[in-house]
Amino acid sequence: MATNILMPALSPTMEQGKLSKWVKKEGDSIKSGDVIAEIETDKATMEVEAVDEGVLGKILVAEGTENVAVNTPIGVIVQDGESADAAPAPAPVAASAPISAAPAAAPISASFASVPAAAEVPAGTQMVMTTVREALRDAMAEEMRRDGDVFVMGEEVAEYQGAYKITQGLLQEFGARRVVDTPITEHGFAGLGVGAAMTGLRPIIEFMTFNFAMQAIDHIINSAAKTLYMSGGQMGCPIVFRGPNGAAARVGAQHSQDFAAWYSQIPGLKVVMPYTAADAKGLLKSAIRDPNPIIFLENEILYGQSFEVPKLDDYLVPIGKARVHRVGHHITLVSFGIGMTYCVKAAEELAKEGIEAEIIDLRTIRPMDTETVVRSIMKTGRCVAVEEGWPQSGVTAEIGMRIMEAAFDYLDAPVARVTGKDVPMPYAANLEKLALPTVADVIQAAKAVLYR
Amino acid sequence: MASAASARTKSAPARAAAKSSGSAAAAPQFSKEQELSAYREMLLIRRFEEKAGQLYGMGLIGGFCHLYIGQEAVVTGMQMALNEGDQIITGYRDHGHMLACGMDPKGVMAELTGRRGGLSRGKGGSMHMFSKEKHFYGGHGIVGGQVSLGTGLAFANHYRNNGSASMIYFGDGAANQGQVYESFNMAELWKLPAIFIIENNRYAMGTAVSRSSAQQDFSRRGLSFNIPGEQVDGMDVRAVMAAGAKALDWARSGKGPYILEMQTYRYRGHSMSDPAKYRSKEEVQKMREEHDPIEQVRARILRAKFATEDDLKAIDAKVRAIVAEAAEFASNDPEPDVSELWTDITL
Repeated sequence: MATNILMPALSPTMEQGKLSKWVKKEGDSIKSGDVIAEIETDKATMEVEAVDEGVLGKILVAEGTENVAVNTPIGVIVQDGESADAAPAPAPVAASAPISAAPAAAPISASFASVPAAAEVPAGTQMVMTTVREALRDAMAEEMRRDGDVFVMGEEVAEYQGAYKITQGLLQEFGARRVVDTPITEHGFAGLGVGAAMTGLRPIIEFMTFNFAMQAIDHIINSAAKTLYMSGGQMGCPIVFRGPNGAAARVGAQHSQDFAAWYSQIPGLKVVMPYTAADAKGLLKSAIRDPNPIIFLENEILYGQSFEVPKLDDYLVPIGKARVHRVGHHITLVSFGIGMTYCVKAAEELAKEGIEAEIIDLRTIRPMDTETVVRSIMKTGRCVAVEEGWPQSGVTAEIGMRIMEAAFDYLDAPVARVTGKDVPMPYAANLEKLALPTVADVIQAAKAVLYR
Repeated sequence: MASAASARTKSAPARAAAKSSGSAAAAPQFSKEQELSAYREMLLIRRFEEKAGQLYGMGLIGGFCHLYIGQEAVVTGMQMALNEGDQIITGYRDHGHMLACGMDPKGVMAELTGRRGGLSRGKGGSMHMFSKEKHFYGGHGIVGGQVSLGTGLAFANHYRNNGSASMIYFGDGAANQGQVYESFNMAELWKLPAIFIIENNRYAMGTAVSRSSAQQDFSRRGLSFNIPGEQVDGMDVRAVMAAGAKALDWARSGKGPYILEMQTYRYRGHSMSDPAKYRSKEEVQKMREEHDPIEQVRARILRAKFATEDDLKAIDAKVRAIVAEAAEFASNDPEPDVSELWTDITL
């Protein structure tokens, strides 16, 4: 009986990929374990091995095809003498595909276009659709071209091209002296980076995930953040610690923690957490030039999402400045990083009911731009703060307190928050979904604050 | 200014003496100039630390205060082997290293008392002082943290190809921290110019090496990474300098890191609040009488007639004056301005 070969999911967050090459031709016999094709995912190029035996009866998706959805039939394996036509007709991407629970890609809403252009972008600048991944890579490459003291170091940043392909191509352009593969030794290489930074070099330390930076947090806080103060201003530490932070998809409790609140508590650090590709690029460039230790929190789910990035030779976004992502006057939604995706969708839904939400993207958690938040609340009188992290002592708790301190008289309702649930991240798809905030949670909180 | 500056200058005869030593077992001879310089340097550290202990007792120094008394030959001998530009980093028992680097004794003492003229403007304290000018990178309070940081200094030298090496000091206690071995691995993997100087003073706080360490020969701690090491009589400044010169030759020629286990001893407690229940008074007394680093040099100077008793007394008086001046300054200098609370957090 003929069997369909389905486009495989090759990473926790993969929704589609490029069928870059067929290794087998129609008519070739196939044994279990044979490499039949190569697929480029958001993370790497992978070989696909056959599970079934028989003859490659028909290729359904030609090599070179981009954006092939996971679970799409890409070929048919038939048994000797069997006709490929006997295979069942290619099904559309099944709604029951196991990854269908993952957030949809590219949440660029129509409202995005109506957002006032960032102050950093001159009028008439050409905008180029770019993934967050490419934006981060471009930021590092530009800064490495500009300053020979900038180097990137971490696990799999060089020859592997980055565990999430963020450093793709950097080894080829800058060589092994400046793109340094480390052993699996977070505590050691974080400390090494801090020592190098104390001499004036500008390391970019990539953590494969910030969960692994727990091994290195002593150097981030005790060595990087405190030395300037302890030295009476003599010994600075110009270093960037960057990597994916927070939940990806179905990677379990030890790989899903959001550290925004943790690092945001530390004087001596700046904590940046961009949402859009433009901010990712502009803020990372600023971070690399900043004379202080910077925690740069990325998100694996956002890596593959595309946004407009201004085509400028040197696009910098200032650290410590929030951005009004959507203009509205009924309620203020405040978030940052992937938390923004819930706000953007919730605002679209609320607009259908005549509620115009203003969305503030903090972009930097520390120092926090309270002023921009307060300015919005003076207009709306109501606020919902949203984050994926845990509620206790979370960033939204801080936002709520600051609003009370600075804008209590402008509030028409108590500030509400939507956060991740107060539990370790579960693995099961349904439980993970429950543990994270949802668009519905944000809509519900907004309506509660609006007394609707 | 401290007389420490003279110890930094490596004279040609000193180099020759170090090279001819062959092994660290037979200490090379020092010239008159070297013996007197080492004597002055070690005496400055000893007298400074004695004074610090006194000021602590008077309540002028607060918090933690870890004295280097007994271990003076280690940093003094190493400094004699260095070139300008080589970096130094250590843990919390750091006053001796700062003085040996040529940092101002007044500034060090005023930091101990938490005054505005302190090297960290009163914001660092005993464990946290730095000097870019003297290539001293702290002063770190997390045991073992300086080993990864120091490896980063060596990485920077390697990156810049500047010919400098990094002296990374840590104790027998820190030698059991995991990041030490992470650092050993990277230092050897990338052939970084790092000298790992393990000051084995036999006790990690109150825990004897025999109660904490499966491998008590610390010079062998790098074996599985192929890092060479040797044990050095850390009470003999000549042996220290010779071993330092040998290790530096190794590192500077691109062969990578080197481990020196300095066998030394601290006379005072781990910190000022150490009840010293873990060792006998006799043990301490025996080390002081038979192995004191300063007495050894003093005896050699007199035997070789490099100086008379009166000459040494004059040196002693000069050192005491430097220390007295530092203590005077540190006692009378005002506390930091309250505005200092909010400065130097970020640049």
